[in-house]
Amino acid sequence: MTDNGRPRRRRPVVLLLVLPLIAVLVPEFYNFGHPAIGGMPFFYWWQLAWIAGVAVCTGIVYRATRSPR
Amino acid sequence: MIPPFSGLEFGIVLAMFAIVTVLGFAATRWRRGATLASVEEWGLGGRRFGTWVTWFLLGGDLYTAYTFVAVPALLFGSGAIGFYAVPYTIVAWPLVMFAAARMWSVCHEHGYATAADFVRGRHGSALLALLIAITGIVATLPYIALQLTGIKAIIEAMGIGGDWPLWIAFVVLAAYTFTSGLRAPALIAFVKDILIYVVVLIAIIYIPYKLGGYDVIFHKANTALVPKKATTLLAGSQYLGYSTLALGSALALFLYPHSLTGVLAAKSRNTVKKNMALLPAYSLMLGFIALLGYMALAAKVKPVGGTKKAPDTTTIVPQLFNTEFPHWFAGLAFGAIAIGALVPAAIMAIAAANTFARDIYRPYLRPSASDREEGLVSQIASVVLKLGAVAVIVALKVSFAIELQLIGGVIIIEILPAVVLGLYTRWFHQWALVAGWVVGMGLSVYMLYVTPSKTAAHFGSASFAFSTWGFHTKVTIWTGVVGLVANLIVASALTPLLGRLPRGQDQTSPADYEEAEAPAMALDPPAHPGTV
Repeated sequence: MTDNGRPRRRRPVVLLLVLPLIAVLVPEFYNFGHPAIGGMPFFYWWQLAWIAGVAVCTGIVYRATRSPR
Repeated sequence: MIPPFSGLEFGIVLAMFAIVTVLGFAATRWRRGATLASVEEWGLGGRRFGTWVTWFLLGGDLYTAYTFVAVPALLFGSGAIGFYAVPYTIVAWPLVMFAAARMWSVCHEHGYATAADFVRGRHGSALLALLIAITGIVATLPYIALQLTGIKAIIEAMGIGGDWPLWIAFVVLAAYTFTSGLRAPALIAFVKDILIYVVVLIAIIYIPYKLGGYDVIFHKANTALVPKKATTLLAGSQYLGYSTLALGSALALFLYPHSLTGVLAAKSRNTVKKNMALLPAYSLMLGFIALLGYMALAAKVKPVGGTKKAPDTTTIVPQLFNTEFPHWFAGLAFGAIAIGALVPAAIMAIAAANTFARDIYRPYLRPSASDREEGLVSQIASVVLKLGAVAVIVALKVSFAIELQLIGGVIIIEILPAVVLGLYTRWFHQWALVAGWVVGMGLSVYMLYVTPSKTAAHFGSASFAFSTWGFHTKVTIWTGVVGLVANLIVASALTPLLGRLPRGQDQTSPADYEEAEAPAMALDPPAHPGTV
């Protein structure tokens, strides 16, 4: 689809979507007990923290790519 | 051992069930169109749901009773590997964001209600569409059954013998789904999610407080896992299994008919995309619910039901609530879990029924059927599917409910090339896609067949051990990934070879995949030029 006669391009901001994939799909990065937070091993809080991370990434991409109303 | 029966618990659960039933029937009047008698209205809620309704609907649809019951059970029994549910629901959103938006647009433009509708329009192949439809229905059945195991766990933990409450719950559910369609679970999802948020919030603060903090919980859980040959961290041989399980489950998630139903019921493309940023909120809840499995280990909770050799570990969360909380709160939690099973079960049955009516009944059994008749067939099919699921779960004793869903995931992922890649390219020949499906599905089912579990010789698990093929390693992989790769290789290799055979007619055009709203509006100039 075109806007103002220009072909639509994927913006680099879309690359943000790759970040959470790398962060949680490679257990080599986070399969450790330390440092723990409040007694919770690194393995668990790292992945839980990325829930917020993914929401931020998809949120930014949504705002950058949403269709005009 | 059967836990003592509590009248207060039972009364609270019953009252909650009654409230939800009233809501279910009342939903008929909610935002209704001129008539309910069509797949469009009954099965997709008229495609009018805004951001919040879609959020609750998809949340209630995708984070199911399986969340509440089976994931903690997996951590309870197998340690860290069970936490795969968290990366799974993290990677799902960025992975499907654009595909889901394209799917919404093309289906909105052409009035497609199912993945098979889209495939028929895109690839012009009736056979391929039929395979997609059958795959969707077959994969959904164990998923509906999985929801039942959630309710069953509650019934067992409340100290009630027999399967009769299960039948009553599902007959009532079938009745209001029949009358209200997708509007019923959409409305009930509000109640369900608010209840679950409250219950979980209290549980994850109060239980660690009572048990002495997360430090103590993880320490005790680790000690309790040692005899089960597991720990609270992954073993090196589990890395590949963990990643492929999370990635594969995420890829499979939006191929299920019920996910697509939730997406297509949204009123705009933006609604779909915005939800991909809002739905991770549910993952946070899922993560803490998963940890209830360790809390149960630390609190030395014993599962009830099942056999001595294979106890029904899905009961550990209800049992944890039973031992740690007063009856009234346990009752509230049980009610929330039970309703949490009803919502997705209803949506799944609706989605599979739509697929049957649209893609099997009308094209193959009665091409002359009217929209009204198609809608009625869908309504009836939803009832049959639900009662069939109860019969299946009553007949089969399942110790690890989650494995059922994993098998469904292995099956459904085989439609990815035709559906998801089909959203982006027409490069694949339709016969190559059919061949890919046949080879991928055949390989997956064979691999599932030769995988034993502790209690069964076949179909024991969706984690395939390479040692089965004689490799001297403990490494496992999620079976679906292997089947998908085989499917893609065959489809890619055959496409150039089949180049001369005639291709199916493509009804869609590239612009259809970008439509934001109704076609008439897309012709208007954008309000804010340059924001796209």
